[in-house]
Amino acid sequence: MGCHTVLAMDVPDGLELYSRMCFLRHFEERVDVLYRRGLIHGPAHLGLGQEAIAVGAASVLRPGDCSLGTYRGHAHALARGAPPDAVLAELLGRAGGICQGKGGSMHITSVEHGYFGSYAIVGAHLPIACGLAWAAKIRHTGQVTVCFFGDGTTNIGAFHEAVNLAAVWQLPVVFVCENNWYMEYTPIADVIPVELPAADRAAAYGLDRVVVDGNDVAAVRRVIGDAVTSARNGQGPSLVEAQTYRLKGHSAADGAAYRPAEEVARWRGRDPLLRARAALAAAGTTEAALDEIDSRTRSDVADLARQVLGRPVPEPSGAWTDVWSDGSWQWRN
Amino acid sequence: MAELTYRQAVAAVLAQEMARDDRVVLLGEDVASGGVFKTTKGLRERFGPDRVWNTPISEQAIAGAAMGAAMAGLRPVAEIMFADFYATCWDQVANEIAKVRYMTGGQVSVPLVLRGANGSGGLGFGSQHGQSVENWAMCVPGLKIVSPATPAEAFGLLAAAIRDNDPVLVFEHKALYGRKEEVPEGEHVLPLGRARNVRAGGDVTLVGLSITVGTCLAAADELAGLGIAADVLDLRTLVPLDAAAVLASVHRTGRLVVVEENPGQLGWGTAIAALAAEEAFSDLTAPVARVSGGNVPLPVAASLEAEVDVSAARVVAAVRAVLKYGQPNHGWPASRQGQSRR
Repeated sequence: MGCHTVLAMDVPDGLELYSRMCFLRHFEERVDVLYRRGLIHGPAHLGLGQEAIAVGAASVLRPGDCSLGTYRGHAHALARGAPPDAVLAELLGRAGGICQGKGGSMHITSVEHGYFGSYAIVGAHLPIACGLAWAAKIRHTGQVTVCFFGDGTTNIGAFHEAVNLAAVWQLPVVFVCENNWYMEYTPIADVIPVELPAADRAAAYGLDRVVVDGNDVAAVRRVIGDAVTSARNGQGPSLVEAQTYRLKGHSAADGAAYRPAEEVARWRGRDPLLRARAALAAAGTTEAALDEIDSRTRSDVADLARQVLGRPVPEPSGAWTDVWSDGSWQWRN
Repeated sequence: MAELTYRQAVAAVLAQEMARDDRVVLLGEDVASGGVFKTTKGLRERFGPDRVWNTPISEQAIAGAAMGAAMAGLRPVAEIMFADFYATCWDQVANEIAKVRYMTGGQVSVPLVLRGANGSGGLGFGSQHGQSVENWAMCVPGLKIVSPATPAEAFGLLAAAIRDNDPVLVFEHKALYGRKEEVPEGEHVLPLGRARNVRAGGDVTLVGLSITVGTCLAAADELAGLGIAADVLDLRTLVPLDAAAVLASVHRTGRLVVVEENPGQLGWGTAIAALAAEEAFSDLTAPVARVSGGNVPLPVAASLEAEVDVSAARVVAAVRAVLKYGQPNHGWPASRQGQSRR
């Protein structure tokens, strides 16, 4: 089915990257619509506008590499190859959800595809990423772990504990700050004493100051690719600040009225999909070919939503499984 | 049989499990130099730096790294030096480690152990290094909770915890580290969720855990002199809880006194008392009594500490009150016996 092959983990060319970003854009826009129709149970945090980071980073990872994200994690799971129908079923509380209905939007996980989870406590997954990288180091597997987080995360203790540990232990981990300039509803500049939330903290851990245009998928591929290669070669961790902008609010319930219209307009002009289109057009791809990708991925997502909305809800008995590794939940005899 | 101290038993079982399974790795503050309580003594020398990792003072990083490594298939054993420090990494313990298996629909397992020094025991460690905090963990589904009372239990229960496929918090009691007793030779492994009947008696059930098992036994000795036979249960693990053992003992004795070191206002004893009220009501001939740590932060001066810590004398007083229930001037509630305020 089209929506599976769109995100296949083959070696990408520019069109493939564009296609993946289009799919994520249409997926998240569809989630937004479904949310406003009351069909998403619980909150949803959309990655609209941040597609180039998810797609660019995933494109430099190998099967077996690990990645982790935040509650804004749909795109990161899909970019690693998580089945879109199972992701959407999880969001909609339908049977066949990727977490069996127990995680929802904020905890999308696909370990089979190397995506070790979306974490809803800000900063919590940075230490966990260290652990995955630590295991790879102990076992000399050559696996790399990439950990995505937002600009607001750079103010929580777990960020500093984890980056410090990774640097001290020289772990094969790449920390990627998706700086969208707002911690929830507050401009990040209001709550940091430096100019850049991640890059300006790197020196404290003996790491290079790395900034990348997070809306340029080619630049993301190059910079995160270098960091991943460095980690794989035993040269330790990196902290990359990928600068981007969310096209919508913090969550689907947030109208983002606190952002100046001029700022929003400026960043809309830097939309990663428009940038990718322009680059591909300049390299000779026809507008018709680009439009075809856009409309194909849009209709793939529409088909997907129709299919998943037709599914039943999970059996209630499923609430009583998966606490313990033997499948049970009992705490006493 | 070998005579080992409780701390030597911890180090010995860590060595046994590391030799048996190369997925077992240690991390924590000062563990490479043997640890402040000497529970990892000699392990770095024997197993090398790839198996024993010193960390910064970063409990969130320690617990999180253990979780990530466990998800990747290792069996990390992380030392949280003092159990009070769980407060600094409670997100990792309560929100991540306990829940990731469930939240992902069973996509991962987290076979890790967090272990460290717990409890008061009258050592003067005070409010931030002397708490008993098993009860913090007991209200979080997804965590197993182990509290050994003897060197043999420290060995056997930690072995089981390391081999378990789920996250286990092992609360070693710092006042027991120097206690020396026989530990069975060989691969001594005690199942989780199985209480131990330490002493048989038909008049009253005393339920203890960790250091309060000794408190119960001392009280039982004194009670025997008064012609009262106490049945003493060592729970060993709070999750899984051997509820059947508690109920069976209460069925025999008809009376229950729970002895816990944590503050009583929401200690683990509330769960045991509720268990008896809900499932053994018809067996009870007197209300349940609880002897617990005082509902104050732990003071340091020995006279103040003794005022709020559990003691055999307080257990004896509670038992005597339970036995007098129904008689004139019985002095109820029994929990007030032997302590001026609670």
